[in-house]
Formats: sequence, structure tokens, C-alpha cells
Amino acid sequence: MSAVNLVAVFVENKPGQTARITKLLAEAAVNIRWVTIANSGSFGVLKFLVDRHDLAVRALKANGLMVSDLEVLAVEVSDKPGSLQAVADVLGRNTINLDNCSGYVANNRAILVIEVHQIAEARAILEKQSLHLLSQEEMLRL
Amino acid sequence: MNGPGVAFECEYKAGLHLWEDNYILEIINPTTGEPLPEGETGELVLTTLNREAMPILRYRTRDITSIIPEPCKCGRTHRRLNRITGRSDDMLIIRGVNIFPQQIERVLMSFPQVGRNYVIVIEGLDDVTIKVELAAAGFDGQVEHVAALQAQLVEKLKAETWVKPKVALLAAGSLPVAEGKAKRVIDKRSL
Repeated sequence: MSAVNLVAVFVENKPGQTARITKLLAEAAVNIRWVTIANSGSFGVLKFLVDRHDLAVRALKANGLMVSDLEVLAVEVSDKPGSLQAVADVLGRNTINLDNCSGYVANNRAILVIEVHQIAEARAILEKQSLHLLSQEEMLRL
Repeated sequence: MNGPGVAFECEYKAGLHLWEDNYILEIINPTTGEPLPEGETGELVLTTLNREAMPILRYRTRDITSIIPEPCKCGRTHRRLNRITGRSDDMLIIRGVNIFPQQIERVLMSFPQVGRNYVIVIEGLDDVTIKVELAAAGFDGQVEHVAALQAQLVEKLKAETWVKPKVALLAAGSLPVAEGKAKRVIDKRSL
């Protein structure tokens, strides 16, 4: 399976919420490999890629937090101009809306983390472009 | 019931004389609908005697009061009503609009993504914020879905009550759990 599973946590948008959650993860000895915050006014969603997914979910739920799994795609692109454009373009042409996207370069590998609703279709389209989609394990090994 | 009113204070200012030549006066138990003995507190129910085109029979006013049975010093024989102590429901008046918490509850409970625990906060100049918990199944990790739910709740609540509230979605378990009858309305208005 070339999809990556994130831990998504619902939080009220007020000071101290991120610290409260990351403290729980730290105490459970969970390592965060990637993080983003989606903010929508009075609330937000924290999204983590962690080394021990199930343990993280258990630790957060045990402390009364609302947690959900969230599947995203991690696409490896070449680290040069036009790479994001190529991905966005092929998804757009196939009427797939990019709900969220972030990117980083680790060990000279450029990775795009993308969120779409039609995850299976997006995966097929990107693979057809000979793009490599990273598995959870590959993401954690980066 | 009528234009100017159904009861007036006399010079002794000891309750409102109800015009009993125009209305039949009853005080009932608002839960069972049974008439209560004179002097007991309950809901005021009125029937018109002189409205011909549109008579009103046993109109429930929702006002909580009681009859003062003793004759008044002024000599009028129309019986008096005590001060209205409340409403038989918890009606709120927001920007001049009458709103019942039950209306709000009905809207909230029509959304499966929403939990059973909620609070209605009124503050400032009639600003209404409805704090409601997400149901555990109402969160799928997508911030867009939570935002869409919030927008739908605002829209449905506005359609139901004619007042546009703020909706604060909270994590399940973040509101205090009520023991017995929950206190759903927090009215912080100073007036």
C-alpha cells in the first residue's frame, strides 16, 4: 500500500493545545517525523506522521482527544523547477481537487505530501506518470 | 388575547385585577394540564367571553402566576393575579425574536456528527454562541468536513430561529457532563 497514514487530532484553536498534544506524544515516546496544522477559525486539526502510529492513537485517545486516521499520498518528485506544477497539473486535468499539500526535501529527496478526497484515483493517475509513491515505511526511513 | 391587556393594577398596587367579565381565568399545572386550586402557582390560561369573530378557548399564556383569592381593599371583585414569576418554558428573547432552546436542540440532534452535549451562551448585545461537542464518529481527520458541518449548523439554526448564531464545535467530552437536568442556557447579558 503506497498510502501514508497520518494521526489527525481535533483541537480547539486556542493557546497551548499543540503543546498539550505533543506532550502526550513525547511521554509515550512517539517520534514525530512530519507535522502540519490545518486551521479553520475556532478549531483546527493537527496532523502527524509518527514512527509508532497505533501507540500514538492509543495515547491520545486515552487522554480524551478526538483522533482519526487520515490517509494521504506521499509523492517523490525531482528536486527541480516544475515538479509540483507537473503533479498539480495532472491531478487538475483529471478533476481531482488538491485539498492540502506540503513539501520538503530530505536527504536530497523531494517529497510532496498531498491530501485528496479521491485517493485511489489520484494514486493511479500519479503512478501512471511514473511517479514514485512512498509507503509508510519509506516515509519513516527518510 | 387582546390589544391593551387583560389585567390592571389598582391604586393599592397589590396584584393585577383580571377583567373577569371578559375572561374566564384558570391556573393549571403546565405539565398535566389539570386546573389547580385557587391560590396555587401554575400557568395562566384564559378564555375570552366577548370576542365574537375569533373566540379563544383556554389559551395557554405560558406565564407562571397564581390567583390572590382575598378581596381587594379597592372594592373591585375581579380577582387579582400575582406577579408573573416566569414562563412555563425557557423561552429566550434574542434581538426581539422569541427562541426556544428546544428549537436549537432539535436542529443539533438532527446532525449525527454532533454529540448530545451542548450549551447556549448569550452575551454582549444578544450574541448567541452554541457550543456543541462533535460525536466521536463525526471526526474523520479532515478539517474541511468539520468546517462544512459548522457552516451547515449555522445555516440550519438560522433557518429555524431567525437568529444567526455562532457555532463552536468542541472535542467530545470537553463540556461538563450534566447531572440530572442539564443547564443548557448561559445568559451573560447584564440587562
